[in-house]
Amino acid sequence: MTTTTRVAPLIDARGLHKHFGPLHVLKGVDLMVAPRELVVVIGPSGSGKSTLLRCLNLLETPDSGSVVVDGIDLMDPRTDINLARQRIGMVFQSFNLYPTMSALGNVTLALRHVAGKSAAEADVLGMAALARVGLADRAGHRPHQLSGGQQQRVAIARAVALEPRAMLFDEPTSSLDPELVGSVLAVMRELRADGMTMVVVSHEMGFARAAADRVVFMEDGAIVEQGPPDAIFGDATHSRTRAFVGQIRA
Amino acid sequence: MSDFFDAGIILAAWPMLWRGLLTTLALSALVVPLGLAAGFGLALLSTSRSRAVRWGVIGWTDLFRAFPPLVLLILLYGGLPFAGLELGGVACMAIAFFLNTGSYYSEVIRAGMESVPPGQSEAARSLGLGTWQTLRTIVLPQALRRVLPDLVSNTLEVVKLTSLASVVAVPELLYQARQAQSLTYNPSPIFAAAVLYAVALWPFVKILRRLEQRAAPSR
Ligand SMILES: Nc1ncnc2c1ncn2[C@@H]1O[C@H](COP(=O)(O)OP(=O)(O)O)[C@@H](O)[C@H]1O
Ligand SMILES: [Mg+2]
Repeated sequence: MTTTTRVAPLIDARGLHKHFGPLHVLKGVDLMVAPRELVVVIGPSGSGKSTLLRCLNLLETPDSGSVVVDGIDLMDPRTDINLARQRIGMVFQSFNLYPTMSALGNVTLALRHVAGKSAAEADVLGMAALARVGLADRAGHRPHQLSGGQQQRVAIARAVALEPRAMLFDEPTSSLDPELVGSVLAVMRELRADGMTMVVVSHEMGFARAAADRVVFMEDGAIVEQGPPDAIFGDATHSRTRAFVGQIRA
Repeated sequence: MSDFFDAGIILAAWPMLWRGLLTTLALSALVVPLGLAAGFGLALLSTSRSRAVRWGVIGWTDLFRAFPPLVLLILLYGGLPFAGLELGGVACMAIAFFLNTGSYYSEVIRAGMESVPPGQSEAARSLGLGTWQTLRTIVLPQALRRVLPDLVSNTLEVVKLTSLASVVAVPELLYQARQAQSLTYNPSPIFAAAVLYAVALWPFVKILRRLEQRAAPSR
């Protein structure tokens, strides 16, 4: 127990259960994330990491449990989920940029259609977001004219432009060539330095060690163990965690 | 052979043929938008969260694609009066094409929507766009771009099918040509009508070919 005053978690998910047909994918997961905290989630493929992340903005609806983000109860039927999602940015493994729009068009779409900005305002904010990820000079490029790393940075800018309170990253560098991973991680580090609350599913151990406050190890739909990166990567309590860490290190 | 292409007869029948061509165009301008509207409506309904609605759409589209449009048309024109409802030929065309071609358009549009990767809508939803906004700004533009050749091709078929209206006394091109034929006891007007159809549709076939060529490499 620390002696610092307890702050209310920005993300407060409890007792999450999720089935896909007969498959029990989340078996009672609790995840609390403090403001400005960066949590890295690791675990074998199929352990439910993406499903957990997608429950945090209700892209998947949990069968039971509660998800409260920034004081908003996402499971409450009276909650305007579209309004709530503006506060929770998400970045996907496959970027999911809109192929027919320019980088700037990708970033301004939600500013115009969701945040209600005029085209001119949206362009200004969109350019600022692109500058933040170092791509102001690529504003007019279409996704297919950009490298994977640049596409992922545009995707980050697209989410950041709405000024979310928290960001979710689902294996943001897994589909990138190794030489492009660094540029994306650098942008994520800057976000962290600016105080963004982040949940990152990633097996980039260097990033986790340097940037994470906490590492969560998931297996088979449950959180097995969590703690500071040094503890999880150094000497984890559970043999399963140690075995998995050994694998990703190899 | 000279019977088949009698310039004098074609010239005499020309005013009728010309009016027929204009009627065919007007009829197309009526039934194509109707079919498209039905197609969009059905395609959007097919994304409904309700299973009953989705099954209903499938049943509806399958039924009307299995139903020969000529039979449907004659049923409406000749059958409805027995049910106490008498509709003109144009109204029957509108209804038949709404049902029949709407189902074909719906399948084309639906295939386009299904070809858009789910990650596209997920990204939009995660940014706070609503269901309808996501459809309108992300899914439909990409879907229509992908199936544009099929939409044009389907539209060509619909325009050709407007000749069915000749059996319900709508004075479109084929109807006028047959009138002229029976007045003159000579097949030349039919021949002229065939040429007019081909000439009018030729540019659209050319456009279709270019669209298909442009779409081919990315497939
Ligand atoms: N939409 C879905 N429908 C059915 N099964 C799914 C769906 N999404 C995920 N799953 C299954 O749930 C399990 C967990 O998936 P996921 O959360 O993607 O794991 P991870 O991200 O850790 O690899 C896997 O077995 C996967 O096949
Ligand atoms: Mg995953």
